[in-house]
Amino acid sequence: MRVDPSAVERASQSGFAAQALHRLGPHTLIVAVGLIVVLLPLVLPSNFYYRVVALVFINALAVLGLNLLMGFAGQVSLGHAGFFGIGAYAVALGPTHLGTSSWLALLGGVAIAGLLAFVVGRPILRLKGYYLAVATLGMGLLIAMVFSNETAITNGPNGMPVPRLELFGWRLSGPVTWYWISGVSLVLGTWVAVNLIASPTGRALRAIHDSELAAGVLGIDVARYKLLAFVLSATYGALAGSYYALFDGFVTPDAAGFLRSIEFVVMAVLGGLGSILGSIVGAAILIILPQALTVFHDYEHIVLGLIMIVFMIFLPNGIVPSLQARLRRRRT
Amino acid sequence: MSELLQFAFSGLTTGSIYALVALGFTLIYNASDVVNFAQGEFVMLGGMVTVFAAAAGFPLPLAALFAVVVAVAVGLLLHRLAIEPARGASAVTLIIITIGASILMRGLAAVIFDKNFHSLPPFAGSQPWQIGGAALLPQSMIVLLGSCIIVCGLWAFLTHTLMGKAMLATAANRLAARLVGINTSAVVGLSFAISAAIGAVGGILAAPITLTNYDVGTLLALKGFAAAMLGGMGHPLGAVAGGLLLGLLEAFGAGFVSSQYKDAIAFLVILAVLFAMPQGLFGKGAVERV
Amino acid sequence: MSILEVSDIGIGFGGLTALDGVRFQVEPGEIFAVIGPNGAGKTTLFNVISGLYKPRRGRVLLAGRDVTGTPPHQLARLGLSRTFQNLQIFFRMTAIENVMVGRHLHERRNVLAHFFTLPSVAEQNRRTRAHAAGLLAVVGLSDAADRPAGSLPYGALKRLEIARALATEPKLLLLDEPAAGCNPVETGEIDGVIRQIAATGTTVVLVEHDMRLVMKISGRIHVLDQGRTLSEGSAEKVRMDPAVVAAYLGARAGSEAQHARH
Repeated sequence: MRVDPSAVERASQSGFAAQALHRLGPHTLIVAVGLIVVLLPLVLPSNFYYRVVALVFINALAVLGLNLLMGFAGQVSLGHAGFFGIGAYAVALGPTHLGTSSWLALLGGVAIAGLLAFVVGRPILRLKGYYLAVATLGMGLLIAMVFSNETAITNGPNGMPVPRLELFGWRLSGPVTWYWISGVSLVLGTWVAVNLIASPTGRALRAIHDSELAAGVLGIDVARYKLLAFVLSATYGALAGSYYALFDGFVTPDAAGFLRSIEFVVMAVLGGLGSILGSIVGAAILIILPQALTVFHDYEHIVLGLIMIVFMIFLPNGIVPSLQARLRRRRT
Repeated sequence: MSELLQFAFSGLTTGSIYALVALGFTLIYNASDVVNFAQGEFVMLGGMVTVFAAAAGFPLPLAALFAVVVAVAVGLLLHRLAIEPARGASAVTLIIITIGASILMRGLAAVIFDKNFHSLPPFAGSQPWQIGGAALLPQSMIVLLGSCIIVCGLWAFLTHTLMGKAMLATAANRLAARLVGINTSAVVGLSFAISAAIGAVGGILAAPITLTNYDVGTLLALKGFAAAMLGGMGHPLGAVAGGLLLGLLEAFGAGFVSSQYKDAIAFLVILAVLFAMPQGLFGKGAVERV
Repeated sequence: MSILEVSDIGIGFGGLTALDGVRFQVEPGEIFAVIGPNGAGKTTLFNVISGLYKPRRGRVLLAGRDVTGTPPHQLARLGLSRTFQNLQIFFRMTAIENVMVGRHLHERRNVLAHFFTLPSVAEQNRRTRAHAAGLLAVVGLSDAADRPAGSLPYGALKRLEIARALATEPKLLLLDEPAAGCNPVETGEIDGVIRQIAATGTTVVLVEHDMRLVMKISGRIHVLDQGRTLSEGSAEKVRMDPAVVAAYLGARAGSEAQHARH
């Protein structure tokens, strides 16, 4: 998408505002997210709202990882929920079948997801476009299938309970606790993402997105960086999945399912690929909307499908980038 | 031996449906470079609309015809309202639009129809024929024959009618086709209509055997896509061959290895094809111009 | 020792032979041009040298080391860089960020450090940015530094790609039609940039159609036609070579051109 050159010129000539914003730089975002997390409880009336926002934060964390892969490195993935599901089932299976603590299971889940991404990533990331999309889709579906079929271990489609997280004998449960756990994690996750993007690694990823050819010629090991983005997205996804399962106390194979993968992609694209704030906005919309439309529960799919089609036709760059572009134009 | 034959019959039957879905994919992809993830929903519509129309009192043939008409209408709507406005958009955008369309159609089906499984009465009786020790349902034969007729009819249409040749031209080079006066937008619309029709017919023919349900579209679309890729993306003959091959692989896999992971076979096939033979059975490797 | 040696390169696509037995040597510090009519195989040759294609036969030696078929990012590490005929600019990044990417090989690339707000990373970014700003000044794009590359005019993008390729501090720079689509003023700027590059000791190999530019700045010229070597030598020698003239201008017009010059 080409930015209007005269507008950009005027913006850079308007000097102060543009310079200031540039200098404030990426770390304002972290502060902003931190402020949201800290100040929001002042307006949340009841536990129900804490629950909804906690879910937004958890999903935003997963979507942040996906955004690093899709928005910055430019690799499409329709199987992100596979990693989410691994994290979710890790904290269920570990304590239940292996007797490990939930903390260890959580770390284990993240490690397994990362390892899987590392092993599967090399061959998969050689693909591009539709082929990559379908390969990742297949990967996600296979993971979900395993959780669904291995009934002896996972209790199959009916799902299994997840032991609560404990800290020095204290049970970490309840919407308020998880609001803070997920909120702080989101701030940390944002911090890591922002740092990464503003670094040489971040530039390498963005370069790969725009032209793999040129990136290679400039000395960037394209395969290695794509793999890095993939593994990183898997760890974000698995962590979010573990939080989700621990918060809910229950996990089903849907956690790794196709529909969830699609929801993550829609959240990322809706908010704006390549925009960290967009990941949070996208997650917020897709989580809050069904809550607001609880009376239309049966119509959930219809609404989701319509949102996907309408937004992709009219706002393909996503909400946050489109707003930013409009603000930039108005500033001139 | 009879076991092998049994698997073969079953595999070819489901394979024919995959072939029809894959063929629909290929038609639309060739005409517009769009991978239509909603392809499986046309099959679903074929079955479900027929079931409900028949239940509403229409005689079966009329209900079936009605179902095809509905599917074609939906296909054309999909093209006009969702694909056309997004012409030239990135691959990710188009993927989301067609997946969104499939989710929308599924949601509508769940609401308009219901979430139960339904069946249609077999067209030629339910007494299986005994061939070589294996049982072949007459309906299976109908599916195979029907698919064959559709494929041949499509081939004749593409190579012997003006409209069909216009489609081939658009697939080969859209700009050139427009320059010689072909309305490429109409051609793409037509590809959607035809894909919807063959998908719907497949759904109707298969419903007596495989049952139908608001949700069958998703997995069918994915397997159809796997078949299209196996045969070589964009090759109609490859799509058909890929579909049949996939059906056979599934049947033998389910029979000899594990029936639980039957659906996984399609995805393992996708991954294998993508890594070992990305151009598929019939495709040629493309050379990227730098 | 020559910095680039291409020997007996052969490659074809789908039955069509693109290059057939091409060989030449490039000495360090010279400006070496590869010219030829359209379809002669010049860009294919570049793609073979820069590791994008693997030739069916023949070898590419970089400073005496066999690098045939070595992937591009490893060639960059060995000191080879290039620009593209069809521009491979990072359109979503700003001009200066484009050049900053070129500094990749000279940056500290410890990924773990990049996850955290460390002063070493900030310092790295500062240094990279300063270096990139310097290169933008060399190609005359300083005031476009923070503009999205997608908003820059074509001539500027050609110069941007050169700045970006220079950021890798190459020993050998391949320029694929650097003046293509440029007006005389822009071509003059490119002329100056190339001379500056060669003055620093970087060897330049360029593919170009603009004969005036080629004749002016090249030390030696290698002529390709339909994948084969037609001639090689100084600008004077090649200009007079009847085979070259015939291939480029056609036999009749060729002799006219010869006589016209005197």
